[in-house]
Amino acid sequence: MISRRGALIGASGLLLSGCDRITTSPTVRKMLTLGEKATLTGQRLVTDRNALAPEFTRADLSPRFRVNGNFMPKSPIYASHLANGFADWKLEVGGLVGRPMTLTLAQLKAAPQRTQITRHDCVEGWSAIGEWTGVPLALLLRQTKISDKAQYIVFHCADDFSGIPYYESIDLIDAMHPQTILAHTMNRQPLPVGHGAPVRLRVERALGYKQAKYVMRIEAVASLAGIHGGKGGYWEDRSGYQWFAGI
Amino acid sequence: MDAETSPVTLQNPPEAPQKLVYRSRLPVRIWHWLNALSIFALLMSGATIFNAHPRLYWGKFGANYDQPWLVIGKRGQEGFLALGGLEIPTTGFLGYTPYSTKAIPPLFTIPNYYSLAEGRQWHFFFAWVLVISLIAFLIYAILSKHLSRHLAITSEERKPSHLWQDIKQHARLRFPTGEAARAYNPLQKIAYLGVIFVLIPVVILTGMTMSPNLNAAFPFLLDIFGGRQSARSIHFLCAAAFCAFIFIHLLMVVLAGPINELRSIVTGWYRLPSARKDLL
Repeated sequence: MISRRGALIGASGLLLSGCDRITTSPTVRKMLTLGEKATLTGQRLVTDRNALAPEFTRADLSPRFRVNGNFMPKSPIYASHLANGFADWKLEVGGLVGRPMTLTLAQLKAAPQRTQITRHDCVEGWSAIGEWTGVPLALLLRQTKISDKAQYIVFHCADDFSGIPYYESIDLIDAMHPQTILAHTMNRQPLPVGHGAPVRLRVERALGYKQAKYVMRIEAVASLAGIHGGKGGYWEDRSGYQWFAGI
Repeated sequence: MDAETSPVTLQNPPEAPQKLVYRSRLPVRIWHWLNALSIFALLMSGATIFNAHPRLYWGKFGANYDQPWLVIGKRGQEGFLALGGLEIPTTGFLGYTPYSTKAIPPLFTIPNYYSLAEGRQWHFFFAWVLVISLIAFLIYAILSKHLSRHLAITSEERKPSHLWQDIKQHARLRFPTGEAARAYNPLQKIAYLGVIFVLIPVVILTGMTMSPNLNAAFPFLLDIFGGRQSARSIHFLCAAAFCAFIFIHLLMVVLAGPINELRSIVTGWYRLPSARKDLL
């Protein structure tokens, strides 16, 4: 006879293997991506392209801003840049642009700046408030005469996870947003290495994994296909995180 | 001593089987099951998302260096739940089990392994199902007068004495019988109205408040809930309230006659319960 205990274990086993079959089914996964599409469409529909993320006061700053992702890029090139205080570091801006540019850190700091106190929201659920100063990305993209064919801006970074380079991408709505800046200063100090020195992206209406650190090269592209895994970012490629990180 | 407790005389003829009545219309039944499915999927995928950072805070920000009001964690091989200054051991249930070191074990999560990315896919898909089906149900409930006829609390039911009577009857597990069982009773109405007009809307709005993009579109949501981390805490408390509702709801179904109740929410047909024979 089957004991009650045995029956319960058997039933929960069946239930769990049933769950496995559901969660790994390609049809189910495809159905679930409908939610992501609806979220992107719905959120873009109700959000003005220039609507600002909330800004805070210095009284609201997190006492200690948690470092996440990579703490220190492992590449020798980055190490040499760090050793001489990024004096020879240059940011490349290219791809579908009329006039590709390379900019030193000093040139970036000499350009018009924006300072904002904003909240950083990690996909895991925590938030930290920090003050960021940097150059509006829209300014750089206009100076490089970005092509009409460009649909996305890709940020290539100096850090990697087990040899796979970090990168991220945003569309032109986020790229041209007034709060989207290349930040070199955090809480009135040069951007610390843990937070992405010398320059990180701040795209304030999106989750933390979009805020690419250690940005080395910016590329305007017509499509994300063919760039690394093709899903528009390191975490998107690796784990299937949503490309649209508005929630 | 009221009439109900007086002994039923043995001379009463045996009760004839009570008649079947059509109690729940198709749209109500569809909404019930769609809602049941989405709430379960949302609770379980929400558990996966919570596992990514099983700490809750009040205010605008909150991360590892800040003071949480709730933590589910582990210390060595011991699981615990810390609530304010109180620490409750939860080894084997939360925080640490022989087969999991996550705050909420995989038996209660979707997917049944840890994947924040997949948990989010499930959560946001069913969040849309919840939102769309709630809107459709509300439109139906208003236009069909389901809301005003079956769910609205009558002025008679609103009287404290009436409510108190209903509470007493529930506490004694005595449910309405005969024709009185056709309608929802006042406590039942309060529970359902609370879910439809408080719990589901608050859980949706606090969910939206956690979206950095929607913070730009609707900044007042942050003011209503007191900041993103407060919204996250309230979202979690709503999830706990859903668990409590489901527990009591299922308990009531079991106590009131599970076969009859299930038939009525699947087919719509409900057999009016006979008068109690508990004193026979």
